[in-house]
Amino acid sequence: MSAWLRHHARSLAGTLRRLGRSPGATALNVLAIGVALALPLGAWVVLANAERLAGHAAGDPQLAVFMTLDATRPDAARVEAAVANGPGVRRSRFVPRERALAELKQAEGAGEIAATLGANPLPDAVIVDLAPGATADVERLAAELRKLPKVALVQLDSLWLQRLDALLRLGGVAVAILAGLLAVGMVAVTFNTVRLQILSQQAEIEVSRLIGATTSYIRRPFVWQGTVIGLTGGLVALGLVAGSLHVLNGEVARLAATYGSQFRLALPQAGDLAACLGFAGALGWAGAYLSVSRHLRDIQPR
Amino acid sequence: MALVSFNRVGKRYPDGYEALHDATFAVEAGEFAFLTGHSGAGKTTALKLIPAIERATSGAVLVNGQNVGALRDAALPFLRRSLGLVFQDQKLLHDRNVFENAMLPLQVCGEPPREAARRVRAALDKVGLAGREKALPVMLSGGEQQRLCIARAVVNRPGILLADEPTANLDSAAAAEVMEIFRAFNQVGVTVLVATHDAGLVERFGTRAVRLDHGRVLCG
Repeated sequence: MSAWLRHHARSLAGTLRRLGRSPGATALNVLAIGVALALPLGAWVVLANAERLAGHAAGDPQLAVFMTLDATRPDAARVEAAVANGPGVRRSRFVPRERALAELKQAEGAGEIAATLGANPLPDAVIVDLAPGATADVERLAAELRKLPKVALVQLDSLWLQRLDALLRLGGVAVAILAGLLAVGMVAVTFNTVRLQILSQQAEIEVSRLIGATTSYIRRPFVWQGTVIGLTGGLVALGLVAGSLHVLNGEVARLAATYGSQFRLALPQAGDLAACLGFAGALGWAGAYLSVSRHLRDIQPR
Repeated sequence: MALVSFNRVGKRYPDGYEALHDATFAVEAGEFAFLTGHSGAGKTTALKLIPAIERATSGAVLVNGQNVGALRDAALPFLRRSLGLVFQDQKLLHDRNVFENAMLPLQVCGEPPREAARRVRAALDKVGLAGREKALPVMLSGGEQQRLCIARAVVNRPGILLADEPTANLDSAAAAEVMEIFRAFNQVGVTVLVATHDAGLVERFGTRAVRLDHGRVLCG
């Protein structure tokens, strides 16, 4: 066991020395892998931030029932009674048209517009808070409410959320496909890098076989090389994404301020970042392992 | 007791060339023996069959009673660790110094570094390379390179030392030195089998020689 660990430590140290002997080539390799990984990682980070923003903005879905301008309080009470036992309904509240106008006047950016209005153009409304995920039932309830007298408009606020959710899902699939393709690309790059390294160390491999080295002994330094390249490529990708977020956040802050928001693009949590690094290392390991398994067979002592 | 024995061994290469035909001979434990014959007689092929660098196409090569031709690939490293191999072209790693070259077999076996370093220094001392540990192979003479190859072969304390034309590229003085080193190892119990085309060398040594001619054993 200690001999096994000792050889792993020696293989890792040897790999670092060998990579350090050709810093230019190593840096280019790592940079190529880093850029390739930064694309899906960056897209994933943007998507995660969009999901955070959507969740922040949306809260729970709502159903807004707007009455006609000539509707009376009993008309609104009829609507409240109709939704009281409706499917997916959490609670409802009546918003009189006077309060709606007062709220409009206090709303950022709309105050000036409200002030120019003569008579109050807003109707009474019943706002229904819904449980998340009850979409089909709510559609049915909305259809029933539209049939009630003095109901002008029934607006299901979750529709845009559904669309946003669908868009985010679409984005997620696109990022997964991109990540899959670039993962294959990264395995191919590592495969080829390790192949060239094997060719340059052909004599050493041949001698190692002659003096009794096992295949796993010969394989170990090359697999470490792939893993180290993958991990450092992952670190470069994280650096690129973090740097890009830092640059973008200046503009994001300016845009968010116009909505009265403190929103900023943020990196995923440390655990997720560690998983990304681990994934990059695993891809490097896989490329190297495949390459060594494929090419070591061809190098036999003569 | 025979440490190495060839029982009616044949070796035909994929291109149809028959390097060995029905070869039978044995090398006893502790013996110093030569494999002799002209170029193309089958000496190198016979030596390569012992560590299973090549496999016999017929017959059996036994090392310590084990048929090496029947060994699985995964078992070959452990067979080779029990043998010391010396090559005509030395097969040294030119980007490693003398000490690191001699250290290789011990690293492969997972020997602890301190014990490995002690054994490497002892092996280099035995072949007269003490003090040259930091030199690269390219800085050594032909004789010194061959002695380094011997140090690498014996550092793992093998029971059998196999050498293929170890003196072919050396002048007579360097060749004599190398052969004296083989003799010294043989005197402490190591079985030595040397392949050479140099009949004079065999005569001077006066030990048993297995003579090959066109892949057949003429006398052994």
